[in-house]
Amino acid sequence: MNNKQQMCGGEALVKALESAGVEVMFGLPGGAILPVYDPIIDSSIRHILVRHEQGAGHMAEGYAHATGRPGVVMVTSGPAATNVVTPLCDAFLDSIPMVCITGQVPYAAIGTDAFQECDTTGITMAVTKHNFLVTEAQDIPRTIRAAFHIATTGRPGPVLVDIPKDIVDPVNPRSAMTWYEATDADMDLPGYSPITQGDPELIRAAAEMISEAQRPVLYVGGGILKSRAAEALLELAEMVQIPVVTTLMARGAFPDSHDLCLGMPGMHGNFTAVTAMQRSDLLISLGARFDDRVTGKLDGFAPDAKIIHVDIDPAELGKVRQVDIGIQGDCRLVIEDLTVAMREIGGTEAQADRSAWRSTISGWQEKFPLVYEQSELGERLKPQYVLEELRDNNPPDTIVTSGVGQHQMYASQYWRFDHPYTWINSGGLGTMGFSIPAAIGAKVGKPDRRVWAVDGDGCFQMTAQELVTASVENIPIKVALMNNSYLGMVRQWQEMFYDERFSEVYLSEQTPDYVKWSEAMGCVGIRVESPEEVAPAIAKANEINDRPVVVEFRTDPRENVFPMVPAGKSNSELVVDPSQQGLER
Amino acid sequence: MSDPDTFHTIVTTVENKPGVLARVSGLFARRGFNIESLAVAPTDDERFSRITFTVDVESAPLEQVVKQLNKLINVVEIQELPPEDCVSRELMLVTVAADAHHRRELMELIDDWRAYVLAENTERIMLSFSARTARLDEFEECLRPFGIVELQRTGRVALPALD
Ligand SMILES: Cc1ncc(C[n+]2csc(CCOP(=O)(O)OP(=O)(O)O)c2C)c(N)n1
Ligand SMILES: [Mg+2]
Repeated sequence: MNNKQQMCGGEALVKALESAGVEVMFGLPGGAILPVYDPIIDSSIRHILVRHEQGAGHMAEGYAHATGRPGVVMVTSGPAATNVVTPLCDAFLDSIPMVCITGQVPYAAIGTDAFQECDTTGITMAVTKHNFLVTEAQDIPRTIRAAFHIATTGRPGPVLVDIPKDIVDPVNPRSAMTWYEATDADMDLPGYSPITQGDPELIRAAAEMISEAQRPVLYVGGGILKSRAAEALLELAEMVQIPVVTTLMARGAFPDSHDLCLGMPGMHGNFTAVTAMQRSDLLISLGARFDDRVTGKLDGFAPDAKIIHVDIDPAELGKVRQVDIGIQGDCRLVIEDLTVAMREIGGTEAQADRSAWRSTISGWQEKFPLVYEQSELGERLKPQYVLEELRDNNPPDTIVTSGVGQHQMYASQYWRFDHPYTWINSGGLGTMGFSIPAAIGAKVGKPDRRVWAVDGDGCFQMTAQELVTASVENIPIKVALMNNSYLGMVRQWQEMFYDERFSEVYLSEQTPDYVKWSEAMGCVGIRVESPEEVAPAIAKANEINDRPVVVEFRTDPRENVFPMVPAGKSNSELVVDPSQQGLER
Repeated sequence: MSDPDTFHTIVTTVENKPGVLARVSGLFARRGFNIESLAVAPTDDERFSRITFTVDVESAPLEQVVKQLNKLINVVEIQELPPEDCVSRELMLVTVAADAHHRRELMELIDDWRAYVLAENTERIMLSFSARTARLDEFEECLRPFGIVELQRTGRVALPALD
């Protein structure tokens, strides 16, 4: 084929996406982006037509989480662009690689308040890693290459490319361009060159500090998954025999069933994970960012701990907590180098004696397991029970996505994550409505895997319409809808911190009728009200593979998530389950 | 005005593209960094501009400011200049009331401070004065009794000191 081909910007855009290896994109057309949707008909790229642009964004995120490849979104200008602001911000806070193409009014009309004009690059500046307004058709291939490069390298994140209609519209002479396959040299990014290799001297110093520590904890975050470092982490942890906590963004980065795994720390972390960090003398933070939901009140956080902090983003080092050793670099590369350095100074044998630390930790694990009270006959279902049954009746490589609220915390607490990339949730932004579209994106990226979306009734009502997308596009996800009739997490705060004054948190038990609604969207709908129905309903859902399934579990609205660190309190003030409250810590 | 010694000058070389100043100033607003002054100008290379700003290191975490700036894709280079390591200047244009009665006294002051007269009429004199920021503050105080009609300052620019 002639590579110096004359073409129009719209064709060039689609061709550039194909060149970037894009197989799937999520979007919805409209006026300004119309010329780009025409060449999509002839493209190899699968386009998933969503019902709301927010859904497209979360689908792209789910796809990126599950596959490690950038998620791609395409929408029109104005209201469509503003509809993707939430997922962009979500992807920004959780460092998810994503490229979002937005249509824009013709270049000459920019600034005139034209129909469906909005300042997309201005609005999204604060929620993207970078954005571009392309002004010439000839710049399209190099800009698309730069967008993918920026989204996927260094600390990953969302990149938006705003495309004025005139440069893609074949009837406009400004859309004429000569095709070229853009190379790195065409990108012209003089200010961007992420450092991935850690400083060897700092790594050696870290190795020594780790060997000497009496009460160390590996505090691992989402960066482990982004850098594909789960295997390297396992090797390091096993060599030095140091316990691991996995943050909400890192569930599955280290197997929950491993002896060294303490589970999730933070506001709703388990007692052992939270307390081990609190009492630690060395936190080895790998791709985590000392989020306030992990640290609790900062002054009181891990007061005796020295800090080794590894992150690809140097701005994270020392941002929240002063570090003793800060290493800028890709987690996988640094962990590999650290493992070598540790071996050089004696490996397992050279480690300080930590038998006391180990026995303290196992003492906590025995004394303060996650607990809940099973429901009596005739009482409403316990959400924890539902999660346990889901866990026990699905293969360990099942992908679980979640919304935001109590159900999210139960899912993270009660599922056993033994594989990386099996847990997908909205951590940094806490975006209600994330789970269904994220599950769709994950299923599109990993069609052979079972995908369960654990959702709340509040969340479900924010993005449920994407189940229509799933039905029509034949994406058979499964939804575990935890219907507690409430904005449960908010209800919990009102119960605990506002004297049980419940303000605007009751949704409704009966309305909507979730089974009918699901059926109307082309799904199978199942309602479950009592414990003995749980396992059979899950089994039935798992047998259906030709359409999405929604299982509505009517759960106990009074159930609260424990343990809990009340907002603004130190992690030492962790409130445990009422049944454990008398126990000495 | 504040003690000049707590002010650090940060000189950034940025790509000369639309919207870059908005990215930089948006970052400051978003992260709650207070800027004391800001000056933007082209460089000898047309691909780049220079944004020079001063921050009070007591009010802004300088390391975070620099690291966050570095994350902006269009920021190419950042130089951090503590007061002892740089030569900095700021320019002031000022119109001062100068009736016959006080004119002589004012002219003497102008001479003493080595300011320049740019224009004058029977009631007013327009001056330019360039020096370190602290000197501008002092000169401004000396002019104040005469009656400052209009005044504008550029914000400081700086280069590393020669050793
Ligand atoms: C878009 C959005 N709006 C509001 C909130 C605040 N919020 C956090 S959890 C929650 C309740 C979620 O209710 P539901 O989906 O029913 O989950 P539950 O807590 O009951 O399990 C709310 C309103 C949010 N996180 N996101
Ligand atoms: Mg609810």
